[in-house]
Amino acid sequence: MKNKKASPWKSIQTGLAVLVVLIVFAYGFEITQIDLEELRSEQRQTSLQRVTRALVRPDIIEFEQEVQKANAPVYVPCPADGTIPEIPISESSGPYIVVNPACAAPSETVQVEGFNFFPNSSGPVRFVPGNDPANSVELGNDTATADAEGHFFAQVRLPGRESEDVQYIRATMRHNVGAPRFTSTAKVTWEKIIETVFLALLATVLGTLLAIPLSFIAARNLMKPVRSPLTSISLSLLGWPIGVAIGYLIVNRIGGLSASISDSIPANLLSVIIASALFWFAFRWAMPPEEIKVPGPALRLARLLVMFVGVLLAFFGLFQFAELITNISLGLRPSLGAAGFLATFLFQVSDIVRITTPALGALATGAVVGSTFSRVGQRTAEKASPASVKVINMILTAAAGATVFGLIGWLLEWLYQIGRPEYTFWGPVITGAILGFLLALVTKPKDTLPTGLVIYTITRTILNGLRSVEALVMAIVFVIAVGIGPFAGVMALGLHTIVSLGKLYSEQVESISSGPMEAVTATGANRLQTIIYAVIPQIVPPYISYTMYRWDINVRMSTIIGFVGGGGIGFLLQQNINLLNYRAASAQMLAIAIVVATMDYVSSVLREKYV
Amino acid sequence: MLQVKNLTKIYEGNVKALDNVSFEIPRGQFLAVIGLSGSGKSTLLRCINRLIDPTEGQILWDGEDITAATPEEMRRIRRRIGMVFQHFNLVHRSKVITNVLAGRLGYVNPAWSLFNRFPKEDMEKAIKQLERVGIADKADSRADELSGGQQQRVGIARALMQDPKMILADEPVASLDPVLAHSIMKHLEEINKNDGVTVLCSLHFLDLVHRYADRVVALNGGKLVFEGLPKEIGDEKFRDIYGRDAERVG
Repeated sequence: MKNKKASPWKSIQTGLAVLVVLIVFAYGFEITQIDLEELRSEQRQTSLQRVTRALVRPDIIEFEQEVQKANAPVYVPCPADGTIPEIPISESSGPYIVVNPACAAPSETVQVEGFNFFPNSSGPVRFVPGNDPANSVELGNDTATADAEGHFFAQVRLPGRESEDVQYIRATMRHNVGAPRFTSTAKVTWEKIIETVFLALLATVLGTLLAIPLSFIAARNLMKPVRSPLTSISLSLLGWPIGVAIGYLIVNRIGGLSASISDSIPANLLSVIIASALFWFAFRWAMPPEEIKVPGPALRLARLLVMFVGVLLAFFGLFQFAELITNISLGLRPSLGAAGFLATFLFQVSDIVRITTPALGALATGAVVGSTFSRVGQRTAEKASPASVKVINMILTAAAGATVFGLIGWLLEWLYQIGRPEYTFWGPVITGAILGFLLALVTKPKDTLPTGLVIYTITRTILNGLRSVEALVMAIVFVIAVGIGPFAGVMALGLHTIVSLGKLYSEQVESISSGPMEAVTATGANRLQTIIYAVIPQIVPPYISYTMYRWDINVRMSTIIGFVGGGGIGFLLQQNINLLNYRAASAQMLAIAIVVATMDYVSSVLREKYV
Repeated sequence: MLQVKNLTKIYEGNVKALDNVSFEIPRGQFLAVIGLSGSGKSTLLRCINRLIDPTEGQILWDGEDITAATPEEMRRIRRRIGMVFQHFNLVHRSKVITNVLAGRLGYVNPAWSLFNRFPKEDMEKAIKQLERVGIADKADSRADELSGGQQQRVGIARALMQDPKMILADEPVASLDPVLAHSIMKHLEEINKNDGVTVLCSLHFLDLVHRYADRVVALNGGKLVFEGLPKEIGDEKFRDIYGRDAERVG
């Protein structure tokens, strides 16, 4: 109601607002140094002209050229005795030029006429200082183009090189012969643009694969219902590091064992087959597809042991698989010839398997031990009396707190090399124990804590933090870690893809309809099954769409990640810009434009088709 | 026998959805739950399979305390309770057969679900359930290509996959036209009579209640205001349940 009155105060407010906007823009002009005077300066305009003209003639195609040269004498200035040299008249059938007049003062213009050159040839007509007609130095920037009879007229401005001796004017006329061919710039641009495209491809694929599982733990609607009692949380926190350590040791031991029988392909093949077959049988026996009755404790233990042995065998098989591929690739490489990159690929894959298997084993064991401990904790919290749960909680949570803080302290010690155990070991351990004890003291023994929300918050914070670091900055770090080249670019773009897709994906998970999830939960499905059968089918279209969007971004990013040494075409582009080689730079820009436009088109077509 | 004792549910913000509700259902009965929208029908049904955790009270099913069950025990309880929803709650982009098979998830080992594998018997069973509700020819269609009535049949087939002892139907026909409503209710009736499955079904229309239900409980503002036979709902009772200004339709 008050607003409807037209008051002088309102007019003043509007006036003030306009004034403020004006001031903001005025300051903006000042800060961004907007100055059209620069644009008008002649020097800028000529350079702009030169660069633009170079840019519109990308260095892609060239021809074989034939060259004809002809010299004609000239005096600068005219001889002091006043004799004007005669213009020599040539009746030769070869190319020749005539300078008229044959002498002139510096910066005067003379007319040059050419005869018998190649038809339609063109090239520079320049002043050659000194009295040596073979001198390779030429001055000036005049050019000429011959007509169909090989005849031309050109105006040449003489430079300020005065001499009493005869000097020369030279016409160097060229014409194209034969079919066009690609320049060396075009070839190297092609190589690099291929590298760029594959860089983007690998980064997108790796990033997507890792972002998908991450997106589930960064989704609020999936994580919010996850609550567990304190006993379970502390046991799980204790179980994880123990499991990771044990797993790493065991899997490394298996790796050592596998390495000792690594030299013959038949042995590798045999052990891969036997190990996977045994694992399959163990899996079939220990994981019956459906069970109506609850298995007894003895059977459960037996299954656990069989599964454990089966998994050990599986890891052995994995190592042997890596050895097998290594041996095959080494054997194949000499006979493959041009397709040798296939053998290299196999070798690298086996190396990746070898390196990641211990980490995988450590993580898997950590997860198994952690979740087993957590289940024990869950049962304890459910079945034991509140008082005893409280006591157990106090002990376990103190231990868990000490472990977690101790690990953080160890990380700090590693990072900052403080070298004082009272700060980096005893301090954190004692603080952690006290905090854990206090937490157990204030929590009601049978209460559940929002574990899911804590994990969700931590994941989201890490995602947001890493996402705000540009891929270019990440590339600088990875260049130091793995050296200059496309591998660093793949790592940087891949990491950035993980964090940004993780966030985008998880927002999609948060926006799915909850009905199907409710229905699948109601059938007795556990959380994993609910995700597989109710969540994943709903998020496939947005995931595809976001992955393509990211693929677009990665192609664009990969074209400039080379600026910081991340491989791809960017390095070449930057180099040519710095060398003022604008025609080559233009070829690379053109390649980038074509690739990006093609990707845009392809991804829009695919999106229409599948989403 | 399902016993609901002094069940109370208070949502965040002090909203009392259920207020000290107690009743019993003998095995094999068809019980209708009626009441206005927001009277607590859905909350009641969801408390029974713990999709919603009740604030207070107890639910005993054949002597087992559902309200005190651990997550592990809850999985085994839920797999014997089928549920049918007003909006069908199918996974739209999945095939009909996959939606039906999802009813088996409470039995299948989660490790096998990772690879999207079901035992062969389950596949055959799923086809059989689809035949039972008359849409076996749609097994390979996507769920969202089906009409409303067909989607609800898939929902029933999914519940049947669980070998349920009890079915909770949350307004199963509220989104369907009267003809389809009767065909869906007939399926529920047939399951109730032939398989001896207890059915708890929340309904809006009294003619459906009279036609299908053995017994009725009525909720108003979270309180149990009526428990008895359908024919006992006279005009006076009707006003107790639906409010003084309500008029009967249908």
